[in-house]
Amino acid sequence: MSKKITIEPVTRVEGHGKVTIHLDDAGNVSDSRLHIVEFRGFERFVQGRPYWEAPVLVQRLCGICPVSHHLAAAKALDVIVGAGTGDGLTPTGEKMRRLMHYGQMFQSHALHFFHLCSPDLLFGYDSDPAIRNVIGVALKHPDLAVQGVMMRKFGQEIIAATAGKKIHGTGAIPGGINKNLTIEERDSFLKGADPMNIEKMVSWAQGALDFFKGYHAANRDFIDNYAFFPSNHLSLVRKDGALDLYHGVMRAVDAQGNKVLNDVDYQDYVKYIGEEVRSWSYMKFPFMKHMGKETGWYRVGPLARLNTCDFIPTPLAQKEFEEFRAYTQGKPNNHCMHMHWARLIELLHSAEVIRDLLNDPDLQKNDLVKKGTKQSEGVGLIEAPRGTLFHHYKINENDQIVMANLIVSTTNNNEPMNRSVNFVAKKMMNGQKEITEGMMNAVEIAIRAYDPCLSCATHALGKMPLEIALFDSNGVEIDRKKS
Amino acid sequence: MTEKLIPRDGLFLYFYPMKRILVYGFGNPGRQDDGLGPAFAEMVENWKNAAGLTGVDTDSNYQLNVEDAQIMSEYDLVVFADASVEEHIRDFLFDRIEACDAEVKYTLHAASPGYILELCKEIYHKQPETWLMHIHGHEWAFKEGLTEEAQKNLQLAFQHFCRWYQDLKS
Repeated sequence: MSKKITIEPVTRVEGHGKVTIHLDDAGNVSDSRLHIVEFRGFERFVQGRPYWEAPVLVQRLCGICPVSHHLAAAKALDVIVGAGTGDGLTPTGEKMRRLMHYGQMFQSHALHFFHLCSPDLLFGYDSDPAIRNVIGVALKHPDLAVQGVMMRKFGQEIIAATAGKKIHGTGAIPGGINKNLTIEERDSFLKGADPMNIEKMVSWAQGALDFFKGYHAANRDFIDNYAFFPSNHLSLVRKDGALDLYHGVMRAVDAQGNKVLNDVDYQDYVKYIGEEVRSWSYMKFPFMKHMGKETGWYRVGPLARLNTCDFIPTPLAQKEFEEFRAYTQGKPNNHCMHMHWARLIELLHSAEVIRDLLNDPDLQKNDLVKKGTKQSEGVGLIEAPRGTLFHHYKINENDQIVMANLIVSTTNNNEPMNRSVNFVAKKMMNGQKEITEGMMNAVEIAIRAYDPCLSCATHALGKMPLEIALFDSNGVEIDRKKS
Repeated sequence: MTEKLIPRDGLFLYFYPMKRILVYGFGNPGRQDDGLGPAFAEMVENWKNAAGLTGVDTDSNYQLNVEDAQIMSEYDLVVFADASVEEHIRDFLFDRIEACDAEVKYTLHAASPGYILELCKEIYHKQPETWLMHIHGHEWAFKEGLTEEAQKNLQLAFQHFCRWYQDLKS
C-alpha cells in the first residue's frame, strides 16, 4: 500500500501551497506534486468594465507585486489606445514607468534574498527551524537584516513616488503616465540621508552579490547540484538582445542555448504559448506550442532572463553577468540554486537603472501621454520579479472589456517547480520512513528558489478553506476535503 | 459617555498625546472586507484631521512586511488593524500584541504584527506597545467596498478605539 505524505503550507513562499509526495511500497518516492490554488475568476470579473479601469483593477490580484500587474495591464491598453507596444510612449511616460518597475524589481529581489533565502544560506537547510528565519538573521547578522529592510523600503518609496500611492497606485494609465517626478522626489532618492540614497543601494546590492558568491565558493556541491535539471528558458529581451525587464520581444532558448523562440512580437503570443490543464492542479501548465506539451515547457524569472539575454546594459551588472555566464562556459545555466545568483545580478542591475533614470531630465518633463487610433485588442508583457507576466484584453465598441487572459509568472514556472520538487523528493526521501524537518525544508528550498507567489489576492485568504482533492492512479478522484 | 467618544465637533482637541502613535491598517481594499484594515486607518485619519490632533499618524498597505519594523521603531505605540475571518470574533477584538518569533510560520504574504514587532526589537532595539484591532469580515470577492455587516463592525471597532484613546490620555 502506498503512502502519501503532505507538506503544507509551504513556508516562506509568498502565499500558500501544498506538496504531496507519494511513496511506493518500498518507501521510495513514486511521484510528487506541487498543488497551487489559482484564482481564475478574476478574468471574468473584469469583463464588462471600462478598459481604462484595468490597470487599477488588476492590482486587486496581488498584494506582493501589484506594480507588475498595473504595468502589464497598462502596456496592453497602450496598444488599445493606439500608443504602440511598450516603446511608443513619450520619453517621460516610458521612463516613469521604467522607474516604477525597476523600483518594484529592486524591493522584491532584496526582500527575497535577505528575508527568504538568506536564512537557508546562513544557517543551512537542516538547521534548527527556530533560528532559520529572518529573526535568526537579525540576531546573528543584524547588518544584513537592516540592509534587507532598508532596500525594501527604498524600492517601496520609488513605487509610491511613481505610482502615486502604496495601495491601488494610479501612475500608469493607457498611453502613458499621470505624473512626472518632481525635483524634490528625485533628490530624495539621489541625495537622501544615509542609507536612503541610490549610491548606498548600489553598494549594498554589490555586497549581497559578494555574500552569495562567497557562500557559493564554500558550498559548491549544494549550490551547483541542488535540483539541477535541464530546461528551456523564456523571457523578454530588448530588440538588440540586452536584458530588459520592462519591454522587448519574446525569446526562448533550450538547455543547450539554441534559440527555440526567436525574438517574436508578444502581440502574437497566442501563436506560440499554450496552456495545458492537468486533472490534479488548479494551475495551468504553459508550454511552447511548436515544441509540444512534453518538451515545450520552460522556466521564467531571473535565471531564464540571464540565459536568454546577450548582455546587460549597465556596467556593474554586465561584469557580474560575464562571470555568471563563464561559469557554464557560455551555455544556459540550469542550476536551480543559481536562481539566487541571477536574482542578485538583477538586483544590482535594477539599482544601476534606477540611478541612471534618476539622473535623466526627461523625468521632469510634462509630455506624459500619447494616443492614436483605437484598437480592439491589446497584449502587454512585462518581466515581473518572478518572471514573464502576460495580460491580454479585448474590448467592444462601448469600451468595455469583453475578454481578459492573464498568465502570471508563477503559472509559467508551474512545470519547473514541480520538477524541482520531484528531484529533491527523490534525492532526499527515497528509503526514508519519516520526514524530518530538514527534509521538509529541502523540498521547500527548491520551491522558494522560484520565489513563487501563490494565491496572493488577499492575505485573509490564507485563513480561508483550502480545497484538497485526492486522485487514484487512474486519475479518478477518491476524496475531496476542505481544510 | 459613549456619545462623547464619537469623533465630531472637535471633541478631542484637548487630548494632546505625549506618545507618538501609529495606526496602521493592512489588507486589500480590492477584495471587499479585506479592506477593513485600511478603512479603519482612513477613519482614524479623518477623525484626527477633524479634531486637529497631533502625535497620531496613520498608514496603510496591502499587508505587513519587513520594512514596517523600521516604521514601528519611530513610534511609542502602534495599533494595527486587520480584517479577520475568525468565527470567535463576532464584531471586533482589540488585542495586545507581544513580540513573537515562536509561532512564526513565515510567509511574507502574511507577516504577523507580532513577527514585525519581534523584528523591530531585534534590529532596532525598540519595542513599542503594540495592539491589533481584528475586525470581522464576511465577503472577499474581487470587488471594492465593505459589506454592510463589515461596516457595522468597523464602526464598533472605531468607537472602541476612541474610548481606548481617551483612557490612554486620562
